[in-house]
Amino acid sequence: MNLELRARPRLAAGCRLNEPNQGSRMLLMPERALRLNGPSLEIVERCDGAHTIQQIIIELQKIYSKAEPERVEKDILGYLTLLQEQRALDFAIEDTPGKS
Amino acid sequence: MTAIVLHPLALIAELTHRCPLHCVYCSNPLELMARRFELSTEEWTRVLGEAGKAGILQVDFTGGEPLARPDLVELVQAGRASGLYVNLITSGMPLDERRLADLVKAGLDHFQLSFQSLHEDDASEISGTRALEQKRQVVAWVRAHRVALTLNFVIHRQNLEQLEEMIAFGEESGAGRMEFAHVQYYGWAFANRERLLPTREQVERSITVLQQAEARLRGKVRVEYVVPDYYAKYPKACMGGWGRKLMLITPSGDVLPCHAAQVIPGLRFGNVKDQALQEIWDSSDAFQKFRGEAWMREPCQTCDRRAQDFGGCRCQAFLLAGDAAVTDPVCTLTPQRAIVDEIIAATNAATPAAIVTKPDWLYRANPS
Repeated sequence: MNLELRARPRLAAGCRLNEPNQGSRMLLMPERALRLNGPSLEIVERCDGAHTIQQIIIELQKIYSKAEPERVEKDILGYLTLLQEQRALDFAIEDTPGKS
Repeated sequence: MTAIVLHPLALIAELTHRCPLHCVYCSNPLELMARRFELSTEEWTRVLGEAGKAGILQVDFTGGEPLARPDLVELVQAGRASGLYVNLITSGMPLDERRLADLVKAGLDHFQLSFQSLHEDDASEISGTRALEQKRQVVAWVRAHRVALTLNFVIHRQNLEQLEEMIAFGEESGAGRMEFAHVQYYGWAFANRERLLPTREQVERSITVLQQAEARLRGKVRVEYVVPDYYAKYPKACMGGWGRKLMLITPSGDVLPCHAAQVIPGLRFGNVKDQALQEIWDSSDAFQKFRGEAWMREPCQTCDRRAQDFGGCRCQAFLLAGDAAVTDPVCTLTPQRAIVDEIIAATNAATPAAIVTKPDWLYRANPS
């Protein structure tokens, strides 16, 4: 699947993080839960309808500055594709952040 | 007894056995629980709190029809307050838009709506009531409230020819997920099995159609289905393994490892009125009985697949072979597979005329 770098992903209806005080962080969705580790949590927290995919990539490249930037980008696109296949994301391609 | 203590992930909360529908394949037990024995709002609230503390992630409010409980909005609130993800598994019948708005405001995460058929006459024949118009209306309301929606189609011999139509309807509906659930043969469905079990040809066609839909809609709609186990080579990992991931609470508070466990003679269930949920999960007789591998006999005991399917379904072993501790008879590695082969041979030998004859259903009753 092709993801557009200017698209703003946000969690789809029925997808949300569990509470921070509940031990490991999980992405909860209909009849399913994904355990989130460091980078995947960083990505999901930025799927807020405000960040574009390009912005998520830039911010994570800064956080994981020891990793190859191309590798970070590839991993992020791979993870967003996985989330989309789980029907966990909606994408807005508009100029106004937060709308869909 | 085994020392394995696993962590439950989801709680199936059967709030009531009351239901406006009378589906011929209902998963409730044949002996239904009357309203006066149902747990109170306070009891459910306490149990949901215990579930959150036990690390359970999701609760499925189901029934019967969970909307038949006047306190459902409070229970959704209690579920969310306990840190749970709240699913509602419903016929959508006793619902209006205002109540849906209240449920959403209370924190409902996901709405799962069941369909019997998209043809009024067929749907009414299966459910014993006219429900289709209301269900279509509920889809529109749910869509307007931006709640995650799953459409659940229960499929069987009488409606498998309508699969493409169901998929098209699901695509139009705005649902994020479609579930095609072949009838499982327990309880009411076991009593009606002869009229519900599909032919091999139907099953094979359905798998092709669903595989294509799953691939075509990937990223747009999650399409999920399972092969009906009578036609499978190996058993299903029933409930993800006995006492491994899931627990179910009956309307009166008994805690079961699965929907049908009450059919197995001699199992003793803990009840949430007497005991803490965690204690029941860890050590009650019913959960310990088939947890792990100690209970297994051959061919399961030394089988490579035993950590994959956990010996299959204990209730099915009892219903088909008369012994809950034998390998699930759908498994082709057990001599008892002959029982299942005989059933499907009879189904597939039936003449087309016999298939179209109006079936003499046993409708699910309704408790007082």
